Amino acid sequence: MVRGDSVLRFEAVSLSFFGETVLDNVSFNIPAGGTRVVLGAAGSGKTVLLKLSLGLLKPDTGRIFLFGTDVTRFEESQWYGMRARVGVLFQEGGLFDSMNIEENVSYPLVNQEVHAGHAANAPEMARESLKFVGLEHTMEKFPSELSGGMRRRVGIARATVTSPDLLLYDSPTAGLDPITANRIISLIIKDRELHNTTSLIATHRAQDGHMLANFRYNPDSGTVVRTSVGEDNGTRYFVMQEGRLVFHGTEAELDASTDPYVSKFIMRQ
Amino acid sequence: MFDILKAPVLAFQEFITLAGRATFNVVRRPHYGDDISLQMDVVGVGSLPIILLIGFFSGSVMALQMSRALAQYGAAGKVGEITAITLVRELGPVLTALLFAGRNASGIASELGSMKVTEQIDAMRALGTDPLQKLVTPRLIAACFVLPLLTIIADFIGMIGGYIMAVPILELTTSSQYWNTAYLSLEYNDITQGLLKPLLFAFEIALVGCYYGMRTSGGTQGVGLATTKAVVASSVWVFVIDIFITRAFVWYAAIRS
Repeated sequence: MVRGDSVLRFEAVSLSFFGETVLDNVSFNIPAGGTRVVLGAAGSGKTVLLKLSLGLLKPDTGRIFLFGTDVTRFEESQWYGMRARVGVLFQEGGLFDSMNIEENVSYPLVNQEVHAGHAANAPEMARESLKFVGLEHTMEKFPSELSGGMRRRVGIARATVTSPDLLLYDSPTAGLDPITANRIISLIIKDRELHNTTSLIATHRAQDGHMLANFRYNPDSGTVVRTSVGEDNGTRYFVMQEGRLVFHGTEAELDASTDPYVSKFIMRQ
Repeated sequence: MFDILKAPVLAFQEFITLAGRATFNVVRRPHYGDDISLQMDVVGVGSLPIILLIGFFSGSVMALQMSRALAQYGAAGKVGEITAITLVRELGPVLTALLFAGRNASGIASELGSMKVTEQIDAMRALGTDPLQKLVTPRLIAACFVLPLLTIIADFIGMIGGYIMAVPILELTTSSQYWNTAYLSLEYNDITQGLLKPLLFAFEIALVGCYYGMRTSGGTQGVGLATTKAVVASSVWVFVIDIFITRAFVWYAAIRS
């Protein structure tokens, strides 16, 4: 993807379940290389937004463009090729509990038709990807043997193993202690900068957004460091309230917002 | 008035759609060979011990029951023939299918149901794989391949069970007469229906198990409910299919004679 190309675009997308609106006229555009932090309380429509982006749900009205293609009315069979270009981390990791960690991470390589050429190298690529999240020693273990934070990290390894163009993270830090949560966000920053991936991160923690907006990965030290003042790393915030996108802007704009919901949400952190 | 029919008609429509897509997937890429062999091992080799046991005892009990009835007409020597025909045409396929349904429709429904409620099916879709192709079709192929084989084994073991009861224990007939009458009594019609039945039963059992598993909702309780429904529905359908096939073969045998 060329920097600036549209990776994901929503045009007036709405969706309701049993008469209850869960997404109300949402429009946005994410350019290649951009990071979007979706802030919102539980039930504000963050997960629905991610599921719509992947075709796991279909909108009632509006249009969705993924990598410039109108995917709104895609058939399920058309989606499989498209989803191979998107990595996703589910809320609880979404690992297959009957497969070991190596099989989980190499799953996209072995099972996606577009990656069929990589199938022979799958174990090696899975190891590399697990090394990226610091869990290469768990290859033989099963998801139930790992802690919540480790499962999330394996989820990241699986989402990034195919080097996708777009990465979706559904509440990657929910229910984790601050140290583990920071580690997860550091991994997201590291992946974003090493692979120039477009990322959409749904979270209820403003600290996650703050880290994504103000830190970058330093390959020399192998850690994340604060960016210099005024440097823009392409991170923008979305704030969702009861299915509506009520804010879209930079961190400075977010801090300056006078919207009662937005400021209340930030202050609550 | 027709509202009460809506749910079953919708369920049937969903089942037919699932069956159609899963069957079409057999010839569509990608093929998951490893999953097919794994499922053959799970549903086939795994079911073997119970099939052997039940086959043996059903053959024995058939010979035992027939011994009294046949002795009344002085036809105790026909025990091999009766056991063979009953086993190959009816008891072998139906009993094997019922056990197969009890063991595997439940296993399939609970496994897929757990995956559904823990969003692993959604994860599979999100990772660019078709859950029908990855989960349903391998189970369908494996079941259709192994159930006819298991039925053949059950029939044979049943005949051995009948033999042990009829010859060494009850001394109704001689060994050679038992096996000769058993062999000569079987016609192609019997063999065909004895193999066609398990094939259709397997198709039905695997799809019913997958269907209830894939539409599970409502957490662990939902998984339990899906499992129960899968076993009940697949067992009932075994008998429904059985009566139709038997009717067709009886009719065919009648017009030929």
